[in-house]
Amino acid sequence: MGNEPHSATATSLEVAVALRGITKRFPGVVANDQVDFEAAVGEVHALLGENGAGKSTLSNILTGLYRADEGELVLYGTPMQFASPRAALDAGVGMVHQHFRLVQPFTVAENIVLGDHRDSGRAFVLDRDAIDRKVAELGDRYGLQIDPEARIWQLSVGEQQRVEILKALYRDARILILDEPTAVLTPQEAEALFETLRSMAAEGRTVIFISHKLHEVMAVADRVTVLRGGKSIGTVATAATTREALAALMVGREVETARRVEHGRTFGEVCLALAGISAHGDRGVDALRGVTLSVRSGEIYAIAGVAGNGQRELAEVVTGMRPLAEGSLTVAGVPLHGGDPRAAIRAGVAHVPEDRLHTGVAPNLSVASNVVLKSYRSSDVSAGPLLRLRRIRERAADLVKRYDVRPAGVGTPARKLSGGNLQKVVLGREFTGDPKVLVAAAPTRGLDVGAIESVHAYLREAAAGGTAILLISEDLDEVRALADRIGVMYEGMLVGEVDAATATVEELGLLMAGSVSNG
Amino acid sequence: MTIRIEKRLAERRSLLVIVPLVSLVVAHLAIAILLVATGHAPVTTFRKLFDAAYFADGALTTTLVSATPLAFTGLAAAVAFRMRLFNIGGEGQLYFGAIGSAGVAIALGGQSTVVVIAAMIAAGAALGAAWGAIPGLLRAFLHTNEIITSLMLNYVAALVINYLIFDSQSYWRDDSATGQLFPQGKPLPESATWPTLGLGPIDVPFGFVVALVVAVVAWLLYSRTRFGFEAQVIGDSPRAARYAGMRTRRKILAIMCLSGAIAGIGGASQNGDFRHVLDPRGLQQAGYGYAGIVVAALARYNPFAVVLVAFLLGGLQNAGYALQGADFPSGLVGVMQGLVLFAMLGGELLVRYRIRFSRPGQGTKVAQA
Repeated sequence: MGNEPHSATATSLEVAVALRGITKRFPGVVANDQVDFEAAVGEVHALLGENGAGKSTLSNILTGLYRADEGELVLYGTPMQFASPRAALDAGVGMVHQHFRLVQPFTVAENIVLGDHRDSGRAFVLDRDAIDRKVAELGDRYGLQIDPEARIWQLSVGEQQRVEILKALYRDARILILDEPTAVLTPQEAEALFETLRSMAAEGRTVIFISHKLHEVMAVADRVTVLRGGKSIGTVATAATTREALAALMVGREVETARRVEHGRTFGEVCLALAGISAHGDRGVDALRGVTLSVRSGEIYAIAGVAGNGQRELAEVVTGMRPLAEGSLTVAGVPLHGGDPRAAIRAGVAHVPEDRLHTGVAPNLSVASNVVLKSYRSSDVSAGPLLRLRRIRERAADLVKRYDVRPAGVGTPARKLSGGNLQKVVLGREFTGDPKVLVAAAPTRGLDVGAIESVHAYLREAAAGGTAILLISEDLDEVRALADRIGVMYEGMLVGEVDAATATVEELGLLMAGSVSNG
Repeated sequence: MTIRIEKRLAERRSLLVIVPLVSLVVAHLAIAILLVATGHAPVTTFRKLFDAAYFADGALTTTLVSATPLAFTGLAAAVAFRMRLFNIGGEGQLYFGAIGSAGVAIALGGQSTVVVIAAMIAAGAALGAAWGAIPGLLRAFLHTNEIITSLMLNYVAALVINYLIFDSQSYWRDDSATGQLFPQGKPLPESATWPTLGLGPIDVPFGFVVALVVAVVAWLLYSRTRFGFEAQVIGDSPRAARYAGMRTRRKILAIMCLSGAIAGIGGASQNGDFRHVLDPRGLQQAGYGYAGIVVAALARYNPFAVVLVAFLLGGLQNAGYALQGADFPSGLVGVMQGLVLFAMLGGELLVRYRIRFSRPGQGTKVAQA
């Protein structure tokens, strides 16, 4: 299927949704500035842009979460105003969020009818059979087969996404918006999703696909609207453009799309060694089963895999956030026993956590406080039990300058920073004091192209400085661009280890799906 | 028409001042209506109220006496709540502080005032901290919800203090002939009476001074020390605290003990400044521990604001006593006080949320111009 272009004559078709001159201001920022956007009936239309370009604001206006300050929203020729997401749903606009809005202990069918008030005449009684039938029928039609009686927590992430899509279809969404839908999928699952999206478009629905991954946009969309800095830059047909051209539109200059850089680093001694590591997950079942790997000084070792196959637990074990059940863990010759973050920090393990907003920083505390989150005990910033507030501010100001964090005020609460700037604070802090080992979990998730570039540069720089890096990422482009070796995890096991220079996406995809082991 | 409450996108600092002031005005308007409806002249009543609270001779002194225990329990709550530890047990911790301080006062009766007062504060703090340590330990090591355990321990503390005076021949019980007939605490010795500091016409109770000191210490602790830094991180994001290698459990226990100690000193101050006897009935009727939660909330957990709010509420309470009389039932006073608190706390909502009136949640077609 790949990059086969689709007919891009959508302009001649009926317009499903049009946003004209949309402006939305938040205190201090104009998130959308006179944005024009138009999607036709029967097309897959991508909304492409860096983080902070205004994609989510625009989709929130379209789904009734926000109201535009200026501009109009026209749905099938009728100007509309949505007072709430429910109003948008009633008008046929459905949204699949990046973070699913599902009730874990409920069944698929229950989640699908949740909040559906169209039947309020017969409130309190669910016609389960009718619901199941309709869910099954929709599933068949769009290749979204799923057991309506399964409970959400039993489902894989990909299946949960299907439930979200079914939920929108059940409510007769004629316009479906998907926010970064492939972040949690294997390449093969993503391809199946694209197939579904195409078949929905073929039926006359309109699919709006929000992404910053260029190859996906090229693969699935008919047309692309590019947003940059809150403004709409233009709409192009994918058939008439290239990845590079789109990237240039997106950031306003020529960029390297993530490419492999041959670095000629030499590796030193083994800095991080895991032997037969097993650990329990949050539900008490084995999340890691006998993982053995080693990373040398100066080497970037990437862990690839579909989300939920033990990568998070692996990162947590190495950084002391999760206890070890079995096996041994050594950092630069020092044995660690797991479950003690302070011991790991002392041994020289730095950690860029997956959840940067609630683990990586204390969101309501200032940037300055977050810069010394780990080092507040050191004599440099504290004297006995007292903090040296001036030193702390100086240190933070240094970091903010060196990593070009914006806004530059060190008193700003961390939660007010954008994802990219927040990540710079975390990286800057973790690189302080030349760590022996750096565990970076999804370090570029949700960041824009410019920020991704700089995060990659910082990681390479740290490796060149002799840090052993364990990179955990679901983005195969990133993994292949950065890593020296790639280990693939499946169901808590390391099912394969390949040389990054020669690995192909297909090979990695198969390993990620657990279908082969080259071990 | 639907009414919706929405979060404000921007926090406006000016609202922090405007909202409480408007709330007060609204409360007084509501009270005025209530007064007219019950046949009282609002203007004279208000004048009487403000006189009694702040302007009459000696009014400020009485107001400070009423404010002192509220300042202590308010600080106790604020110190814990800032770390998102919801210690509702200020009430019980205050009882234990009162028990401890009364015990040492009786035991050390012959000593100098300085020694006795220091011992009363120490014992009050120690017993308050010990009572606060129970929910602290349960929370830190067994993940038990501290709201429930600390609340339940208030009832236990009330039973303990009642037992000491009414149901046993304890060390605290007055063993004189009258004391046997009408159970009451042993009168505390002369040396256990806390002094007052003359400030012009106002006699500032020593306990209030101690509360000010505690407020300063609490502020320093949170803004200037490693301990306070850790407490803030743990309160804001326990995951970030664990990530940074902080010893979360110890801090939870320490903060619960600190909170209990402050409430306990409040109990000591009740004995030294005001009651001069271990008085279970009086303490239980006052309900300082619960009022302290309101004080802390209104003060947004800022220690200095706690003292200020305690002062204002102390005045209100004091005015209440003055207003009551043959033609002014105490129930009406209670309703007035309730209205003020209700308006203040209700107004809090408007600092971070706004209320919007809109059409029912349908997509509305816009009339074309």
